[in-house]
Amino acid sequence: MKLVTAVIKPHKWEDTRTALEAAGVSGMTISEVSGYGRQKGHTEVYRGAEYDIALVPKVRVEIVVDDADAEAVVSAIVSSAGTGRIGDGKVWVTPVETVVRVRTGERDGAAI
Amino acid sequence: MLSLSAASALDTGDTAWLLAASGLVLLMAPGLALFYGGMVRSKSVLNMMMMTFGALAVITVVWVVVGYSLAFGDDLGAGLLGDPRQYAGLGQLLSEASNGASQVPLVLFAVFQGLFCVVTGALVSGAIADRARFGAWIVFVAVWTVLVYAPVAHWVFDFDRPGHAGGWLVNHVGLVDYAGGTAVEICSGASGLALALVLGRRIGFGKDPMRPHNLTLVMLGAGLLWFGWFGFNAGSALGAGQAAAVVFTTTLVAGAAGSLGWLALERVRDGHATSLGAASGLVAGLVAITPSCGSLSPLGALAMGAVAGVVCAWAIGLKYRLGYDDSLDVVGVHLVGGLVGTLGIGLIATAAAPTGVDGLLYGGGVGQLGRQLLGAAAVLAYAFVVSGIIGIVVDKTMGFRIHEEHEVTGIDLVVHAETAYDLHATAGARSGGHGTLGASTRQHDDQREGEPR
Repeated sequence: MKLVTAVIKPHKWEDTRTALEAAGVSGMTISEVSGYGRQKGHTEVYRGAEYDIALVPKVRVEIVVDDADAEAVVSAIVSSAGTGRIGDGKVWVTPVETVVRVRTGERDGAAI
Repeated sequence: MLSLSAASALDTGDTAWLLAASGLVLLMAPGLALFYGGMVRSKSVLNMMMMTFGALAVITVVWVVVGYSLAFGDDLGAGLLGDPRQYAGLGQLLSEASNGASQVPLVLFAVFQGLFCVVTGALVSGAIADRARFGAWIVFVAVWTVLVYAPVAHWVFDFDRPGHAGGWLVNHVGLVDYAGGTAVEICSGASGLALALVLGRRIGFGKDPMRPHNLTLVMLGAGLLWFGWFGFNAGSALGAGQAAAVVFTTTLVAGAAGSLGWLALERVRDGHATSLGAASGLVAGLVAITPSCGSLSPLGALAMGAVAGVVCAWAIGLKYRLGYDDSLDVVGVHLVGGLVGTLGIGLIATAAAPTGVDGLLYGGGVGQLGRQLLGAAAVLAYAFVVSGIIGIVVDKTMGFRIHEEHEVTGIDLVVHAETAYDLHATAGARSGGHGTLGASTRQHDDQREGEPR
């Protein structure tokens, strides 16, 4: 199994969700996160005082999938979350040892 | 402020308006708490609001006990201070309904004036956001009411009348200050500057972003302040007549123009018209119209508000250039705005308005401008020096500033054992039962307020 993690632009999240559902993904975990990469932060001005705000708000999507489905899920995210501009985010895949469904105790493939 | 004119009977209409106006002035306190509270970081919003509510409570007490008598008792000499024994406790005003000199009950006048002191004291706290011990602030503001506000109110607001001698600025000098450009605005600004210097800069001032944590609170607070300001200014007519109506109009116009003036400067200088700018600008306009609300035509009020908006939007930058941490711009808005309004009377006052004085541009010569300058300078210097001395004494004896580590942690948690916002269901709180210290509170025992810097 694989854990697919994506950090994307907040306004692209609905598009990504639609694309993932079309690709057969039935559930995911979403967090509102902040960070920065090449996009850097932005500037805010309060009563004339300028602040560089380093952290940019992003949405983190986490999905556990079977090994065979990982590439399709990554493609769905990349094609749906992109705008072609700086700050579109990243997707990465990590191996997962065990998955257990809390309600039934089912394991691994049956728990996804 | 109009003088308490010679008349003996009570006027129910005037009394009704002053009762309502007093309630409006009281509303400025929670309005200011929202205005200031939204501008600080989320870890210190409760302390910011508590400084206003604390001032409301303690100043009211001090005012009833001795403050009113010091400000409005018979002059002790040279127009400097009222007799503290004459009206101590206000009990004398129960039977002395109108003092034979006004058409409103004198006890109502005393309460109305007390609420002015509340607003002025609460304004000062904006200069020392995030870092003042609550107990020290309460002691400061109580002493400040007696030593700073009461004398200044006597100078500016206590008119001579038959059988009663008042203060020197309004009676001997001829200062025109309808609702407190000197006694309220310049006084709070100068006191705030003194305290900001006594307490020093916040950790990270000028480096770390100290963004306002909730601008919707700021906008709501500014709106409530404006609403209350109608009581502040139009109530100062001490009657429900033409003067109150004119003052109401100039107060409306100046707030609107102030907002536009500030936004225009921001748009040109910073590229955006901000909500904080709109809120700050209307307050700046209201500050400047406070002394001048009875002296200007509506168009004069428009000019006054717009100039104040622009000048104050510029003046708030001074603290970064000069290096003092006047956290919420009490100096930039209230001291500078108060100067604009007080001195502006010398320029654009028209004798057709209730106070009946012509400024320089209306052919009145430079005389009134000189009188305004003297009044502004006297109040500025006195409030700055005496507030500074009180602040230093409090700092040396009690400690005025919280511990460095506590300032970083957040003053709400350390000083008040509270946090303003509980936005997470999983915060890990457990009940410690009633009447006992809960586990989470006990944990902070070592961080109690009793440990100054």
